[in-house]
Amino acid sequence: MIKAQGLVRDFGRRRAVDGVSFEVDKGTVLGFLGPNGAGKTTTIRMVAGFLPPTSGMVEVKGINVAADPVSAQKNIGYMPETTPLYEDMTVSGFLRFIAEVRGFSGKEREVRVDRAIERCFLQPVAGQTIDTLSKGYRQRTCLAQALLHDPDILLLDEPTEGLDPNQKQVVRNMIREMASERVVMLSTHVLEEVEAICTRAIIISAGKVVADDTPAALKTRSTHYNAVTLSAEGEGIVPALENLPNIGKIETLDDGKIIAFPNSGKSIAADILGAAKQNNWTISDIKVDEGRLDDVFRQITTTEDAGKKEVA
Amino acid sequence: MNEATSHVLAVAKREWRSYFDSPVAYVFIIIFLMLAGFFTFSLAQFFEAGQANLTGFFTWHPWLYMILVPAVAMRLWAEERRSGTVELLFTVSVTPLQALLGKFAAAWLFMLLALALTFPVPLTAAYLGSPDGGAVFSGYLGSGLLAGAYVAAGMFTSALTRNQVISFILAVVIGLFLILAGYPPVTDLLSRWAPMWLVDGVASFSFMSHYEALQRGVIDLRDLVYFASVMIFMLFATQVVLKNKVGR
Repeated sequence: MIKAQGLVRDFGRRRAVDGVSFEVDKGTVLGFLGPNGAGKTTTIRMVAGFLPPTSGMVEVKGINVAADPVSAQKNIGYMPETTPLYEDMTVSGFLRFIAEVRGFSGKEREVRVDRAIERCFLQPVAGQTIDTLSKGYRQRTCLAQALLHDPDILLLDEPTEGLDPNQKQVVRNMIREMASERVVMLSTHVLEEVEAICTRAIIISAGKVVADDTPAALKTRSTHYNAVTLSAEGEGIVPALENLPNIGKIETLDDGKIIAFPNSGKSIAADILGAAKQNNWTISDIKVDEGRLDDVFRQITTTEDAGKKEVA
Repeated sequence: MNEATSHVLAVAKREWRSYFDSPVAYVFIIIFLMLAGFFTFSLAQFFEAGQANLTGFFTWHPWLYMILVPAVAMRLWAEERRSGTVELLFTVSVTPLQALLGKFAAAWLFMLLALALTFPVPLTAAYLGSPDGGAVFSGYLGSGLLAGAYVAAGMFTSALTRNQVISFILAVVIGLFLILAGYPPVTDLLSRWAPMWLVDGVASFSFMSHYEALQRGVIDLRDLVYFASVMIFMLFATQVVLKNKVGR
């Protein structure tokens, strides 16, 4: 439903987005990841039709966004990063305004507003002016605004930024609930979020796509993928492990735990258990690592290329 | 009602309400009425003049508007840009043209409301004598159009910046130019060295000659066209600025 091809955006002499291409289909929750300043917000703004691309093209449901933003935006609900809201309006007054510009009037308008308030749990503050709201309610008001017209595409720029853990959970549950019928594209630099809700992750760095995969597949790129952490007692454990063919590196932690890294990403747990049986070690604790997204993220986004870009 | 009109109306309604949701509207209207009264009754000596016309009332409007209208118009876009709500406004299928027409309509209507509330002045004149009804009507027409031109100029400067103070000052300067371009001391100064066609050209940019004709009770199509074209030009300029500046 979203198709971006070679998106480029310059601000003066600085290139913020440098040839970003991707395609997203229904039912996907796409996590758009990257360090600060990587071009996440700029890309989302181009998809939302707020910024025209310098070159390249983005289509939503076959509509070229830059050429016909009005039609494209009818299919999009967009929550900007800074959750801008009209401070002097009440929550329900603000949602009513959005409903009006979204083309609803009369009873339909009231029904839509009520449903958005209900969906985003805004009932307690519906009559309050927006400048009196807490961060969590502001965020949800902005989300309610994006949902009002039941768009097929939801663009959420850092939807859980600045929320406490409970509020984060609420917002995540809402996103998960909405995802089945839609495309949700959310930007974030919180990796746990990607693991929690995204079915696909794109990592961008210095304006370029550097990885595009499922979170699980991304994790297999981690050096920790299939690493085994164990607590064991016995004779000559470390030297024996070092001799096993599939093990690359052994680390010993302060509390006596041993971490064994595979040299090719293959599972090594069976090998280790075999060795333990042979040598009569007592293993009190063993854990296989699924890989760590933050590892991969750091690996990918701190390459030489990214460093160079920053200076330029 | 088609979609574009309903967008314009929705934006206008929101803007109109935001004047009255804050003390801005009330403070503005009270100050406007007090100043208008002060100029009319004290400076122009309405009672002492012994004439049942509203010349003393209307003469001061260009100066009053020069200061007060920018205060009404300065937040129209500067505030949207500062707070980022413009990003919201331009991603919900509202075009810049629809948004600026809505905002302009709201701000102009607000000025017209303030102007309408000066009704006790013509009523006083009618009580004391018998003023020329046509001249009163054309005077109000001229003042209303003048207010519209100032609002359009103020909205233009508001789109130029995120800073309301800068917007205010720029709007006052534009207003001052449009008043002074036709002011006799300025035209006299120009006519000492400039050719007559240039003096007339600059003077015809001014609000004053067009406004004064309407005050005298002369409704000339050319004057109406003048005010309409100032507004259209300013609105067009606003649109150009919005399309090129917003989000950058």
